[in-house]
Amino acid sequence: MQTVPRTDRSIVGHWWWTVDRWTLACLLLMLAFGGLLSFAASPAIAERIGLTSFGLAQRHLIFLPLATIAMAIVSVLSVRLVRRIAILGFLASLLFSVLVLVAGTEMNGATRWIGVLGFSLQPSEFMKPCFAIVAAWLFTLQKETPSVPGNLISFLLFGLVVTLLILQPDLGQTLLIAAVWGMQLVLAGLSIYWVAGLVMAGAVGMVFAYTLLPHVKTRIDIFLDPAGNDAYQVTQSILSFSKGGLFGRGPGEGSIKSALPDAHADFVFAVIGEEFGAIACFIIVFLVMIVVLRGFLRMMKEEDFFITLAASGILLQFGLQAVINMSSSLNLIPTKGMTLPFISYGGSSLLAMAFGMGAVLAFTRRRPSPRFSHFVP
Amino acid sequence: MSELGPESRLHKKGIRGVSYRLFHLPGFEPAFTRSKKFRLGMVVLIFCLSFTAIASKLFYLSFYIDSDTKQFQRIASKGGFNRTRADLVDRNGIVLATNLLKPSLFADPSQILDVDEAAYHLASVLDDLDLSKVRRQLSGKGKFVWIKRNLTPRQKQEINELGLPGLYFRNEQQRVYPLGALTAHVVGMTDIDNNGVAGVERSLDAMLNSTSAPVELSIDVRVQHAVQEAVQHAITKFSAVAGAGIVLDAKTSEVLGMVSLPTFDPYDPNKITDDQRFNRATLGMYEFGSVFKIFTAAMALESGKVRMSDTFDATNPIKISRFEIRDFEDGEKRPLSLREVIKYSSNIGAAKIATKVGSRNQQAFLKRLGLLNPIAIELPEIGKPQFPETWREINTMTISFGHGLSVSLLHTVNAMASLVNGGKLHHPTLIKREAPSLIKGDTVVSEKTSDQVRDLLRMVVREGTGKNAAVKGYLVGGKTGTAEKAKRNGYAEKSLLSSFIASYPMDDPRYVVMVTVDEPKPIKESYGYATGGWVAAPAVGQIIENTAPILGVEPRGTMASVQETKKAIGQAVSFQVTGDVAQ
Repeated sequence: MQTVPRTDRSIVGHWWWTVDRWTLACLLLMLAFGGLLSFAASPAIAERIGLTSFGLAQRHLIFLPLATIAMAIVSVLSVRLVRRIAILGFLASLLFSVLVLVAGTEMNGATRWIGVLGFSLQPSEFMKPCFAIVAAWLFTLQKETPSVPGNLISFLLFGLVVTLLILQPDLGQTLLIAAVWGMQLVLAGLSIYWVAGLVMAGAVGMVFAYTLLPHVKTRIDIFLDPAGNDAYQVTQSILSFSKGGLFGRGPGEGSIKSALPDAHADFVFAVIGEEFGAIACFIIVFLVMIVVLRGFLRMMKEEDFFITLAASGILLQFGLQAVINMSSSLNLIPTKGMTLPFISYGGSSLLAMAFGMGAVLAFTRRRPSPRFSHFVP
Repeated sequence: MSELGPESRLHKKGIRGVSYRLFHLPGFEPAFTRSKKFRLGMVVLIFCLSFTAIASKLFYLSFYIDSDTKQFQRIASKGGFNRTRADLVDRNGIVLATNLLKPSLFADPSQILDVDEAAYHLASVLDDLDLSKVRRQLSGKGKFVWIKRNLTPRQKQEINELGLPGLYFRNEQQRVYPLGALTAHVVGMTDIDNNGVAGVERSLDAMLNSTSAPVELSIDVRVQHAVQEAVQHAITKFSAVAGAGIVLDAKTSEVLGMVSLPTFDPYDPNKITDDQRFNRATLGMYEFGSVFKIFTAAMALESGKVRMSDTFDATNPIKISRFEIRDFEDGEKRPLSLREVIKYSSNIGAAKIATKVGSRNQQAFLKRLGLLNPIAIELPEIGKPQFPETWREINTMTISFGHGLSVSLLHTVNAMASLVNGGKLHHPTLIKREAPSLIKGDTVVSEKTSDQVRDLLRMVVREGTGKNAAVKGYLVGGKTGTAEKAKRNGYAEKSLLSSFIASYPMDDPRYVVMVTVDEPKPIKESYGYATGGWVAAPAVGQIIENTAPILGVEPRGTMASVQETKKAIGQAVSFQVTGDVAQ
């Protein structure tokens, strides 16, 4: 730290002294662990889908530096520039989400991926952080300039996004985006009665999903009685934590990755538990916890309306995804396909999350004056 | 913030008014910073609770394994929890018993969707499945039932291809016996849970489960094979019902070969008959007849009351109470020396010798040889010798020529070993001795008596009833025995137990060999005889001829006998290579 003097006003020097270095360190650690884990968890899956043993690990290692650089660059940018990128990104992901429905690749009964430049892209992943920023901006517009119907536009966009996601169908992402948008709405100052009403609506929605969507019903049934139903994944997942114990069976020594098709993504936490042990899991939980709690505590003191909403939204998305992923693996909640941020395999998820957390880093940088207009996009 | 108060906007019309009423009206609070802290605080609280729940469950899963998880563990187990039972090997390291991992099928009835369908499909793959039993098992309440153990890989594949839920495999260790029936009575077998139920498998059960190093038996499979071939040959040739044979190390009492025929296939426990299971070498108690005359002679010489040259009048049969003791085909009908009593196998002579030594001495001597107690060996199949409770004079007389005292084949062989090896009795064993030279043994006869016994045995093979056991170069000595089998109403003359016991080489005995054949029928080749000398002696000769070169016993005598030995070695080698003893 002594190598960068505080008086250094270059971009890097300025960035170094203003960025939240603790959060940055935690995120980099998680990225590194994800890279390490891709060697342990993905060969079994790579071999099953006909790639060479380390085919998936190699892909992950291509995305890893890209994600790190993307996060670093975004974190240097000004709030306004980040917002502009997010707005463009949101429009692009809307376009691609429509394209996915027309020309997407179907996998496991859902159409979520589209081929772009030789990579299969999942637009919904990019939609999440971009929409959080766009929604925050719209709420802010309405607040600062009441003549602009920001809340209404944000509501309409939310409806559009949810419709596109349900059509794929991708219930997990829908719930996540709804949770983020809902929290932003609450933070924006929605009355406590409306909050209660939204929670009720969410509960009713869940009941409808349970009764109307068969795959949601089976997942919840399995959660309620893992042994009685075809709870193969959850059974294997829970078993892997028991097998791993405190210190794990050693990298590459686990067996769950060959038993579960989603071991490198949705059940990566179980692979950590089996091969690296509960201590490594505790460390992951701890890293996520530092990022999330530190971010939110900082937001409590943040005076800028837009930054509060945007950063909180992305932090919630990050934290919620991690909590849902880990809780599914531990059978605390019904199984929900959700990646563990920065650790799970998946290029779209990694890059999108890197952009989102880069934005959070940019938003949380110490700046001399919190007052500037949000009217310009 | 807007300079106009919110109220002024309430009256606006159009879309803006609607949006304002929708999102501003019942209350976007103006005091953003105050309520924001509380609301963010709630989010932080929810996260804290979530992280606590995750950490607790993590802690719980990695430290405690509750019954649910044990259930999962059992279901998802891929084996490796089974204990590994130690191998059994012969004295040269040939595997007699080892373990193979085989899949076993079990079901979790609570996961079976359609019991009838599952049972029907299972029965189509596993043809010997009891359909109604499986249906009952699958409709049960529990979460674990064995459907079938020890499947083949092909069956496992076929069951997987059925694609039925609720069926799982667990790899279990199954005991395999590479030599199968050849060593069945010695090695024994285990039940499906790998608990020893017969043979060494049972008597050494605890030891086999506690060690992982192979347990070395004293058996030599080459000798075992030679004994089985010879006994089987005799049984077939003389249309006998059964037979048994033992080769014992004369100096250490290690059993090198022990065969009981008919034998059984340890892989098919349900098809084993009682007759096959019966171990005729250790569990079967027999009166071996004239074989016992050599014990009588040894007893007499050891007692000092009788010398080699003493004569006993065998002219007339002995009449005692309502019995009459006579010689085979009326014998020599003249006074016989002790030597001649053994040579011509005279019952009258043996009875007179025993009477001279006395009943008490006879009992004491037989007890010393271990013939009156169950024999101690590493097998659960051990019989108890049978003898009259009150030992009268008539018992003394009949026991002197091997009637009225039932012992096992192993008893007889082990007692003989002590008489020829210089007088030391050892416990027989099926375990390879670590240091054979260190074992001590109890002195049962003097070295001088032992020398005289060897002389008598050698004479029987050179000049007497045991000529058929002679093998050139190996100085075989032995004694025949032909007993009428005791039936319910006395002795049946046509049901014979024909035996021959031998030791070689007589100048320094290394091995004792005994063969007994149950109910052999006379054939033309043996001139109408089915006696020990015709039935069992050739079998013993065959065993010695085939095994002596393998066991490294140097042949004695002329170049001619050496030539013959080389031929025998050639045969032995070809047996080793091909595993086929075609004589």
